[in-house]
Formats: sequence, structure tokens, C-alpha cells
Amino acid sequence: MDQQAGRSNAFSNLLRMDQSALLIALFVICGILSFLSPVFFSSNNIMNILRQASPNLIAATGMALIILSGEIDLSVGSLQAFAGVLGVMAMNRTGSIFMGVVVTLAVGCGAGFFNGFLVTKLKLNSLIATLGTMAIFRGVIMVITQAVSQPIRVKGFSEIGMGSIGIFPIPLLIAILLILFFYFVLNNTIFGRYIYAVGGNKDASTLAGLSVTRIKLMVFVVGNILFAVSAVILTSRLDSGQPIAGSGMEMTVIAAVILGGVSLSGGSGSLIGAIIGVLILNVLQNGLVLMDVNTFYHDIVRGVVIIVAVYLDVQRKASAEIRLLKESQAMLK
Amino acid sequence: MGYDSWIELKGISKYFPGVHALDNVRFDLRKGEVHALMGENGAGKSTLIKIISGLYDYSSGNLFFEGEKVAFRSPQEAIRKGISVIYQELNLIPNMSIAENIYFSHLPAGRLGVINKEKVHSDTRELLRYIGLDENPRTLLKTLPIAKQQLVEIAKAISMDAKVIVMDEPTSALSPAEIKNLFRVIRDLKAKGCGVVYVSHKLDEVLEVTDRVTVLRDGKYVGTVDTRGTDQQQLISMMVGRELKDLYPKQGGEVGEVVLNVENLCSYHVRDISFHVRAGEIVGFSGLMGAGRTELTHAIIGSDKRLSGRVEVGGVPLEKNETSEAHLRGIGYVPENRKEQGIFSNANIKFNITISSLKGFSSFAKISRGKEMGAVNGMVDKLGIKTPSVSQLIQKLSGGNQQKVILARSLVKEDLKVLIVDEPTRGIDIGAKAEIYTILDQLTQQGIGVLIISSEMAEIISMCDRVYIMKHGRISAELRKGEATQEVLLEKAI
Repeated sequence: MDQQAGRSNAFSNLLRMDQSALLIALFVICGILSFLSPVFFSSNNIMNILRQASPNLIAATGMALIILSGEIDLSVGSLQAFAGVLGVMAMNRTGSIFMGVVVTLAVGCGAGFFNGFLVTKLKLNSLIATLGTMAIFRGVIMVITQAVSQPIRVKGFSEIGMGSIGIFPIPLLIAILLILFFYFVLNNTIFGRYIYAVGGNKDASTLAGLSVTRIKLMVFVVGNILFAVSAVILTSRLDSGQPIAGSGMEMTVIAAVILGGVSLSGGSGSLIGAIIGVLILNVLQNGLVLMDVNTFYHDIVRGVVIIVAVYLDVQRKASAEIRLLKESQAMLK
Repeated sequence: MGYDSWIELKGISKYFPGVHALDNVRFDLRKGEVHALMGENGAGKSTLIKIISGLYDYSSGNLFFEGEKVAFRSPQEAIRKGISVIYQELNLIPNMSIAENIYFSHLPAGRLGVINKEKVHSDTRELLRYIGLDENPRTLLKTLPIAKQQLVEIAKAISMDAKVIVMDEPTSALSPAEIKNLFRVIRDLKAKGCGVVYVSHKLDEVLEVTDRVTVLRDGKYVGTVDTRGTDQQQLISMMVGRELKDLYPKQGGEVGEVVLNVENLCSYHVRDISFHVRAGEIVGFSGLMGAGRTELTHAIIGSDKRLSGRVEVGGVPLEKNETSEAHLRGIGYVPENRKEQGIFSNANIKFNITISSLKGFSSFAKISRGKEMGAVNGMVDKLGIKTPSVSQLIQKLSGGNQQKVILARSLVKEDLKVLIVDEPTRGIDIGAKAEIYTILDQLTQQGIGVLIISSEMAEIISMCDRVYIMKHGRISAELRKGEATQEVLLEKAI
């Protein structure tokens, strides 16, 4: 019993059940697609999907941390361009890939402090505050580049996004490492517990001696650094600094996290769920491409998935409440 | 009239899927009677009220209103018969005036649905005079304190010509003077032939204002007694199903050094507070709701801003305005509202116990499962937390067991010096209450200082070595054990 509890996170088995439902959904979608398109179930295509999904996987990991802590960050898409393009400029100026990556990550770190400052120190609602920074980041990079895409003049940078080790795409390997690391952080470290605590009940956290402000600020910084890692991969795959990169990404990433069973109100859900959520969205997108569906329809599908995801979130809460009522009454007997 | 009962319930049962909430329960309310409904949490009181008010239907049995068999399909049907329920969470609209709140379901309107405002206001004025509420009918409801809002709710019931008024824990937010006024209104309603169902935990009030008492336990009918022929002991044993020898098992500890010293503390809510708690001592804070007791604890632990003054724990002053510092120095804290400020409802028991002391179970930020499990299991055994597993969600536990988990959160800290508990036994049943008192008493024997904030005077009088009384954000008196009696506590608090 205890051993089992040790392996799962501190939260209910309910969520794990949701994950198996999600996993089944993922397999069913894959099954249908391999039936509809002979190309779908080839190792080439699968690796392609995973390669494409990698930036989303990494960004969703950051988003999962932020949403679990009871906040949200809409600036993720704009940050792809903001951090990515500034990185490209630094790389072109110094001629060093390393410097490019460092600058991108540093911009992510700074953005995290800024978002976190607005939310924790100025006590702004994170939805509104990051709606603001989303516009600011995009606007600033448009001004700097005059909306012109920045070519990369350093050789080898595209390896990060396009290269492979064996059959495995490098970005996928980066994503897997980060996911494993943050899975460990969420489930085995004090910081992980604190994230669930401040997201689950802010007042109780304060009274229990947690420094809610510092924890949330940290979560924004870590989350935004993860967004910047995804910006490195995205920029490398685009092989240029695009000021429009990442437009609409916030929608995909947030939808994936919620679809994966992370509660929008914070404090419950798991990283694995969020990861499966990303895979479902990316597989769907790939299927639509393979079946030559007009790209305009992709937005419609994504929109429907978002609504379904939020509906599931509501249902989950309602059914959890009913179950709880029954169980607690049964225990009183 | 003719028939002498307003309501009779005969053999009422109510099943929820998998749960037997009420099992063959009877209850009757005579005309001109105040009838108390008592029982521990989960005994079925709320279910019974909801059946009377038409919110729930029942699985079997019969409900009679004035001797006529009825089955309410909605609360509206019950209201039309003259049954009004005043719930603990009042059913009023904050942004409307008193008059609008009283009449919004039955506004006197002329042709074309135009509301006759003059009539509404003059009727309201009359009603308010009757129930002893000196307010302008146009006053917005949200500007009134809870006690007055409650009177508005009663006025609303009267305006609807209620014959049966159900009051669910009506005094939980009232001061003694307000309770007195409420009782006056209740007696007046009684004299007019209304029936009042009085649901309360508070034995002294039940003994004072009611005519009969019906006790439920685990959804079953235990019995009905005449109030005049009963006493606290009998009611308690009816509720818990066993004799409760000693609710307050105070043995006391060896009183030692000062562990918490507060000097001239000011915050936005409290002024110039100085007091101390010694090791092995239980110190109580008494006073009316809103006197600033909870706000004082918030200033002590640093969740409220300290404007001036000193707080020392074990001789070391707290310097930062952060709860993390207070916890680090050895303060444990059990908040007033368990549900909103205490528990992490989505998390399990283990999480809830160790959240304040994770550093003690970790090396390099990594939590050691073994150490954590050991400490948690130790606490579950020591405090007698009833649960199948420490991985159980805390929200599935009863109120008393949840409270023990919150206590465990402080007790698991190795360097605990002072424990501050705010209304430690609110809303939990008598059995668990006694257990919590025992735990607090044992703590003092281990040399920990305990600070209790409580609105239950019996708790303060029986458990505390010294008592401070607060009024309007200041300390108005300090009493030693023996000096603190109900009369003195009240006198100094008002």
C-alpha cells in the first residue's frame, strides 16, 4: 500500500485513472489514423510526429508547473519569438551557438521573473498579466526586427532541432530528459510538494509556513526557462529567427495540459497526463496533414479539442465531488 | 386550526446511493413549540431539515402537515405551506436593500407589475420594529453585520406568514446580547402559535430556549425528551451513545520558561498587544467574534503585517513578516477555518501532515520516503487518526479526524515550542473534541506552550491556565484559572 502510494504522486488515484483513459484515447486515435492513412504507422512518421511535438512537450512541462501552482501563462507563444530571435541575433553577432542558446535561456529567465513579479508582487491576475506580456513580447520583437525574419549565419545550429541520434530525434531526447527531470521534481522534492500546495490552497500554504510569493515566482522562472528551451528547438527547426514564431502556441499548450487532466484551478493533476495531452493534439494534427485536410480546419479541430478538454475538467470535478460525498457518508456509518 | 401539530414525520427513511442517511426517523413539531434537533455531525440533521423544506424527497415513510399527508416536490411548495428555513449560510442578496431582501419573492405589486415601494418600506419598518432591528429598510444588506442579516432572514420568514421556522445553528455568529434578542423573537413566535425547529450543537442554548429535544445518531432516531426533564449529561450521552465521563481531561504540565512573548504588537487589526505563554501552559483568548483574536494570531505568525512591537519565540525575536520564519522558530498553527485555510483538500493525509516540516525529511531537497512515512505513521497512531491508509484524501475524513491531521502538521515538527490553535473544536463531534483536548493536555506535559482561541466558554474555562480577553482589538483583561467564569468572561468581552 505504502509502496504504491510512494510511486504515485501525492494525489488521488482518480487522476491516474484519467490517464489510462487518455492513453486509450491516444491509441484509439492512432488506430483510426493508421487505418485511414497507410503512411501514418511508419517509424518515419512516428519519429516525425515526436520531433514536431518536442517543443510543445517541453513548453507543456513548463505550463503544467505553472498551472499546478494555480496560475497560468499566456505569454508562452510570444516568448518563442522573443527569446528565439534575440538568441539568433546574439548568435549571429558572436558566431557562437552556445552564446545563442544562453541568451535565449536568459531571456526566458528574465521573462519568468517579470511575469512572476507582476503576479506575485503586484498581485495581478496571471491571466490578465500574461495577456499583457504576451502582447508586449510580441510587439517588442516586431519592433526590433521590423517584422523581418532573421537568417541564421552560424552553421550547425539546425542540428539541435533537425538532428538525430540513431533513429531518435535530438529534440525528442532533450524533451524526454526534461520531462523525466521534472517528473522527479514534482513527485520527489520539496519544491514539487510546494507547487501542489500553493496551487491547491494558497491561504493554507501561507498559514502552514510556506512562502507562497517566492514559490510562485520560482515556478514562473522555471516555467519560462522551459519555454525558452522550446524556443531554442523551434528556432533551430525553422532555421531562422521568425518574429511570428509560436503564434497561437499558448492555445495548444494550455489545451494539452488541461486535456491531460491538470486542473485549471491548480493543485491537482500530473505531468504525465499533460504529456499525453500534447501527444494527442500532435497526432491529430499529423493525421489531418496526412489526409490533406485544409489547414483552416486544423484550428477548428484544435478549438473543439480545447472545449472538450475543459468540459472534461468540469466533469472530472463534478464526478469527484459525487464520489467523495458517497464515500464520506459511507465512512460516517 | 384544529390539529395540534404543524409537522409530523413518521418512519421517514432517506437513501443516497450506497448510504442510508435517515433510517426510520420520526419527529413532530407542535403548534407553539420550540423543538430542538440535536446530533453529532453526520447524524442526519441536515437531511431531515432538507426533507421538511422540500429540498429532498424521502425514500419511504410519511410526512404530515397539519394532519394532512404531503409530499413536497420543491422548496416552493413547502414555502407556500408556511415552512421557512434559515440556513447557516444565509440566503440573502448582499447588494439589495433590507426591504428588497425581505420581499423579493413576494413583492406587493400594483397593475402592470409596478412595485408599490411605499408599502414595501412601511411594511418592512413595522417588521423590523417587531424583531428588534433598528435599521432603515433602504440600507444595503451587505453593510449589516451577520447577526443583523440573520434577523433580516427571520423577518423575511415572518413576512411570508411562516408557520414553521427551521433555524440551523442560528447563534454561531452572534454575541450574547444578540442571542438574547433572538431568543426573545423565538419566544414571541412561539406565543403566536408558530413552530420553531432549533438545530444546534450548543447544549446550554437548547436547554434555555426549547420545549422538547429530539436526538438523532447515525441517521437513526434516538429519542425525544422534554427539555425541562433533561440535562446536559443526558443529552450528551444520547448524542454519543455512551457516557462521557470527562470531556476536559486536564492534568496540566510543569510550567517553565516563556516560549512566546509578545510586546506592544500592533497590526491593522489589533492594537498594543502584550502577553506571554510559558512552556507547559495553556493560555486562552476569549472575546466576541470580531474582537481581533484571529487577527492577532495572524500578526504573530506574520501572515498579517506587523506594524510595530515585538514577537519572540523561545527568546528569539521574529524579524521578517513571513509565516515561514514563525514556523522555523517553532510556532505551530491550527487555523480557524479548517476547510478554507487548513486542509489541502486535493491531497492525501501524508501530504497534509508533512507540508510544514518537509525539510526535516529531506536531503538536498529530495524527500526521503522512508523518513516521511515513519513520521506520518507515528502521528496517525499517536493521535488516533481513523483512516484506512495515509494515502487517503483528507477530504474523505470526518471533521474531527481532519482536525487531528492539521494538529499533526504542527506536532510533527521537531522543534515545536508554541502551538497556536484557533477554534480547535469548531464543528467537530463530542467524541473527537475530548480526544483533541487530551492531545493539547499531553503537549503541555511535553513542555510545549499552547495558545487556544475559542468562542466556547466551557472550553476556555476548563482547559486554560490563564485567559486573556480581547475587545475591539485590544486585551481588556487577564484572568487566572479559577477567576475565569462565564459571567466574568462575558462582562469583560462586551
